[in-house]
Amino acid sequence: MIRELELAEENLLTDEFLRQLINIGEVDIVVGLSTHNNAKTIRPVIAAIQAGILKCFPRERVAIINADGGSQDDTIEQVKNASIDDLRRDSKVYALRTLHSISVRYSRIPEPSKALQTIFAGADLLRARTCVMISPETITIEPDWLQRLARPAYHDNFDLVCPIYHRRGFEGVLVRNLLYPMTRSIYGSRVREPYGSEFAISGRLVSDFLSNGIIDQDWGRMGPEISVTIFALTGKYRVCQAFLGTRPPPTRSGQDMVAAVRRTVGALFASLDGNFPVWSAVRESQTVPTFGAASPVANEAVRINRKRLLDLFADGVVQLGPVLSSILSPQLLAELKRIALLNIEEFEYPEELWTQTVFEFAASYHKSTINRDHIIQALVPLYRGRSLTFITENRDASDEDIERREESLCVHFEQLKPFLLEIWAERK
Amino acid sequence: MREIIVNELTQAFQQMARDVAHYLPRLIVMLIIALIGWVIAYLLKLLVRSLLRLTKFSKLSENAGATQLLHQAALPSATELASRFVFWIAWIGFVLLGVSVLGIAGLQEYISRFFFFLPRLFAACVILFFGLVAASFLSRAALLTAVNANFRSSRMLSIAVRFIIVIFSLSMTFEVLGVAEQTMLIAFATVFGAAMLGLAIAFGLGGQDLARKFLERKLTSHNREEREDELSPL
Repeated sequence: MIRELELAEENLLTDEFLRQLINIGEVDIVVGLSTHNNAKTIRPVIAAIQAGILKCFPRERVAIINADGGSQDDTIEQVKNASIDDLRRDSKVYALRTLHSISVRYSRIPEPSKALQTIFAGADLLRARTCVMISPETITIEPDWLQRLARPAYHDNFDLVCPIYHRRGFEGVLVRNLLYPMTRSIYGSRVREPYGSEFAISGRLVSDFLSNGIIDQDWGRMGPEISVTIFALTGKYRVCQAFLGTRPPPTRSGQDMVAAVRRTVGALFASLDGNFPVWSAVRESQTVPTFGAASPVANEAVRINRKRLLDLFADGVVQLGPVLSSILSPQLLAELKRIALLNIEEFEYPEELWTQTVFEFAASYHKSTINRDHIIQALVPLYRGRSLTFITENRDASDEDIERREESLCVHFEQLKPFLLEIWAERK
Repeated sequence: MREIIVNELTQAFQQMARDVAHYLPRLIVMLIIALIGWVIAYLLKLLVRSLLRLTKFSKLSENAGATQLLHQAALPSATELASRFVFWIAWIGFVLLGVSVLGIAGLQEYISRFFFFLPRLFAACVILFFGLVAASFLSRAALLTAVNANFRSSRMLSIAVRFIIVIFSLSMTFEVLGVAEQTMLIAFATVFGAAMLGLAIAFGLGGQDLARKFLERKLTSHNREEREDELSPL
């Protein structure tokens, strides 16, 4: 209890939030929602969560904790006013317990790490056995998602349940070409979605994550979601994954791309520093238990301007020459300059070259050859080049072909891991 | 006549002997001070070199672009240069201290001026170094932002940022040193004003179409092409 109060004090939880938590008492499951101006999408998401609770956990004590980062719309009001009675009228299933729904404004500006810390601290104080994080933008959520995520943690003693989304078209290019292969190669677990906006986590892992101060470290602050996965993998917690449904496409713009790379790849690179003793000893990857069944990917026609992608890549390689020379080896940079001159039909950013690029970036990030954020930003044009190859290769490919190519890239990442270990100490 | 010459010579030699006897201890003191100064300056050089290596000064200098400049000018590394600079400043300081012991009239003022100038020289070096660091960091940040935003003249923007900051830090350095203050101020104002005027004219005349398209795109459509072309990364 003393530790929990210290935690509350350290986290600067507001008195009002603490009062709300004390009023709830103890719960079995906490559903966390980190919001910022999500009034347009929050209602169906909460309705799906409530329906999921009624359907799958009617006997459990459940609380929804909303951590808001200074919404200017009525997001908070919608969360507070969401009544489970609306659903009860339409459903024949009744919850045997009161469903609590509380909201706290942790800051005037959105800070994902602080939001996660607030929700986790709340779950820890409520002694929740399982905490399920749901994105307020996931309007495709179905009531079953709650069961698919929470059940392995609640009933089967898994510490972390990662999602597997049903991807449409060319979605998740960064996950498929960097996050999954690199996490698998480095940390030795085949978690398909190391960065998931929806996941479930055990009370034990919540406590350990908070008490180890991961949020206060660079990688925890940069990418709180991926840091949960990495912490679980390095701590030898029980990790599994569950098939969910379709994920709604995120908002898209050039600036979002840099932010996404910073939040995911930046956090992954930053995590390598302190976890070196763990990942350097990993020799091969292991499969993780997977629940549910995959449904076929709906290959919708996606309009992509390949010429523009090539221009962004080629222009980036030429313009960023002096920056890239501080990050990459001369041979690799020369090879990138060579492929930047190819035309759209001949262009190919091969798997091995891409893997070397990522590893050299990781080593330079470790050595801080230049400012670390600049290293991450310099990766974006190169990622666009790899995206182009990914699109070209998989334009008319079947699901099996896409899967096979993804596996091939992962094998390259695993095979070249000794190269990363070699340059990790060398590069200056 | 002969006696007079001998007397004068004797007196002259005696005076010289007295002068030598008077100055010799001071000269020896000066030499001792210079020798001790050399030892202290050498130790300072070693200390500064070690400290700079520990603090990875060479990497900072490389990031600032100073290493490249020094290499092009066939000068040693920034760490070596800084430690040599400390050595010479310290040793010259000791030598001048020794010279002051000699009590030569007229030199005292120059010696005190030198010691008065030292803090300004140090401040100027610091300003110039951090100016170069800031120029390098901000120009790279501008380049990366511009490239990722698909800005056409990314390199030019980066060079402009670097140029402005370097000019600014140079003018500050000269001002601290008290060298050609007015000239530098006028030169800075002229260069900065000319650059701004040039940019204004260039954008005004050359960017009419671009500005029109930009406003049209902002006011009429919602950047549809960008949205369609960008892939979902996560």
